[in-house]
Amino acid sequence: MRYNVSLPWWAYAVMGLGLAVFIALVGLSIRRNHGIKRSLFSAPYTMWMILFTILPCILIAYYAFTDTAGNFTLDNFRTFWDSNSEMKKLVGEEYAASIPRGTVNVDTLVYSLWMAFLCTVISLLLGYPAALFMADRQMKLGASIVVLFVIPMWMNFLLRTIAWMSLLEDNGLINMMLKAMGFKSVRLMYNSGAVLLGMVYNYLPFMVFPIYTSLSKQNPSLHEAAADLGCSPMRTLTKVTMPLSLPGVISGITMVFMPSVTTFFIPRVLGGGNTMMFGDLIESKFLTEGNWNGGSALSLIMMLLILISLSILRKADPNGEGSGIV
Amino acid sequence: MIEQEHLIDLQHISKDYDGVTVLDDINLYIRKKEFVTLLGPSGCGKTTTLRIIAGFETPSSGKLLFEGKDILDIPPYKRRVNTVFQKYALFPHLNVFDNIAFGLKLKKMPKDEIKRRVQSMLELVNLTGYEKRHVDALSGGQQQRIAIARSLVNEPEVLLLDEPLGALDLKLRKEMQLELKSMQQRLGITFLYVTHDQEEALTMSDTIVVMRDGHILQIGDPKHIYDEPANAFVADFIGESNIFRGTMVRDELVAFAGREFPCVDFGFGENVPVDVVVRPEDITVVGEDVGQLVGTIRSVLFKGVHYEMIIDCGEFTFKVHSTSMQPQGSRVGLSIVPFNIHIMRPMDTPKREAAEHAV
Repeated sequence: MRYNVSLPWWAYAVMGLGLAVFIALVGLSIRRNHGIKRSLFSAPYTMWMILFTILPCILIAYYAFTDTAGNFTLDNFRTFWDSNSEMKKLVGEEYAASIPRGTVNVDTLVYSLWMAFLCTVISLLLGYPAALFMADRQMKLGASIVVLFVIPMWMNFLLRTIAWMSLLEDNGLINMMLKAMGFKSVRLMYNSGAVLLGMVYNYLPFMVFPIYTSLSKQNPSLHEAAADLGCSPMRTLTKVTMPLSLPGVISGITMVFMPSVTTFFIPRVLGGGNTMMFGDLIESKFLTEGNWNGGSALSLIMMLLILISLSILRKADPNGEGSGIV
Repeated sequence: MIEQEHLIDLQHISKDYDGVTVLDDINLYIRKKEFVTLLGPSGCGKTTTLRIIAGFETPSSGKLLFEGKDILDIPPYKRRVNTVFQKYALFPHLNVFDNIAFGLKLKKMPKDEIKRRVQSMLELVNLTGYEKRHVDALSGGQQQRIAIARSLVNEPEVLLLDEPLGALDLKLRKEMQLELKSMQQRLGITFLYVTHDQEEALTMSDTIVVMRDGHILQIGDPKHIYDEPANAFVADFIGESNIFRGTMVRDELVAFAGREFPCVDFGFGENVPVDVVVRPEDITVVGEDVGQLVGTIRSVLFKGVHYEMIIDCGEFTFKVHSTSMQPQGSRVGLSIVPFNIHIMRPMDTPKREAAEHAV
């Protein structure tokens, strides 16, 4: 599907100005030092950022606040709040009152947040003990477990998800085994549980590794000091090890929650048409409806939500050790 | 009866790490209210000994008695000892108050009692008003004192200190040595102190245990160890020494540095090879004509309290400490009083009795 990208003159002006400022800065830094300044080495990355991060953000914001003709409007956000608002406009004010508010967009967002929350909690509950086990210096097995966690990550994310499908589907491996044992087949896919399973499976390593890192760099003499002062191994865990691993937990939460909330594809493969997450909604706005303005508005709302949740997380970790990602 | 005074008894303690012997048949007892220092170069096994008592290491063989009962099976958190760690090991997620209160809170002590005790500990270590400070914001000396307070507040029977002053600068270290000693005397707690600094050991200890390569070389009070080192290694490690290979000609006569000297030692036998130790401050510089040895002053260094002179007497070199200075290059006589010549058996035939607690 083709979409006519027509930008107003000032959008080109902003881009041009940004580029001009960048070139001027580079030029200045060379002249002032009679040589190449170290910051010049960041130029390729800065250029990349401007082209592929900052400009797209500006574009998204531009589309979100305009209609197809390029005029300023808040309609896209109105549509997010009430998916029937377009219809209401068409039928006129007389009948509009009889049409209820369309909640599908908001509901999808709430559902996505809830699923992301569940995925994060489950990953934490599974991942923390795993990280603890891996970081235990007395366990010679720890290193090999690390490898076991890494190996699935060598495989493509889509393949991993599709692999789950062949396990869970009605004629999949699990159901075939059930049938062979004389049980009735069970519907394992096309529900929230299967989606959650797929999400946890894909995002668990992102929880385990930051926690593992923060656990394995803990000074062992702190654990000895706790024992020395009267902590049983369990108390050492709750009073010293866990509080000290908080930065790792926070970056783990960040790294799982962020992709979870924006997840798409997993719900489509494992959830069939029965579950839709906000990522899918955005995708369908852009690709199926061809509604760049509506999709941009949804993206903007998503970005805002992520920003808010990150700043809350940052409050929980005032030392900022885990703020590498935040 | 003496046995009952022993608070801690290490009996035939040995420790191997993957076939490497770190401790070899250590026998040592520590009395109540005693300040005992384990002294030795790094790798001598002093820290391992301390960690065995704390419960962080298990010996390969031997017994560890605490008030007469074997405590090897008791985990560290149930032992009535507390440790001050080498790098303090303060909890970075807790402030000063919570660090010190850590052990008391575990004992479920009432809140105002905890507060009272932490306050009095902070007073003891001169850090009143630091309760809310973050431990990372403290200087090394302050962190050190918090670490000591965190251990002492639990009123342990024994405080184990693992080179606690190692990271401090010289002046602060000297201050803390005196503070620790006076704290120990005031509170009447047994201290087991690990250090490689012989001066620190001499300043603070009631009893010094000199260790090397997993063995105890000598046990005794500081003066005894300094004046009567059991062998040349101890003599060299504790203070400065002139050490010579010599021969015990007969009782009370020893030959070294090219001539015979009267001494006070006996019982070595006749014409037996020995090590001879003379402390630099025990050599007197006299006139060229009256000295037992004659030499030329090679160099003179001013050391504050005294001058350190290096004097060549033929092929032998003496280090001499004196408060009066002779110019470099001048010919002088050296004289040593018999009492100040220390004779010991060479290192390769170690004294078996050196491993006993000699008092």
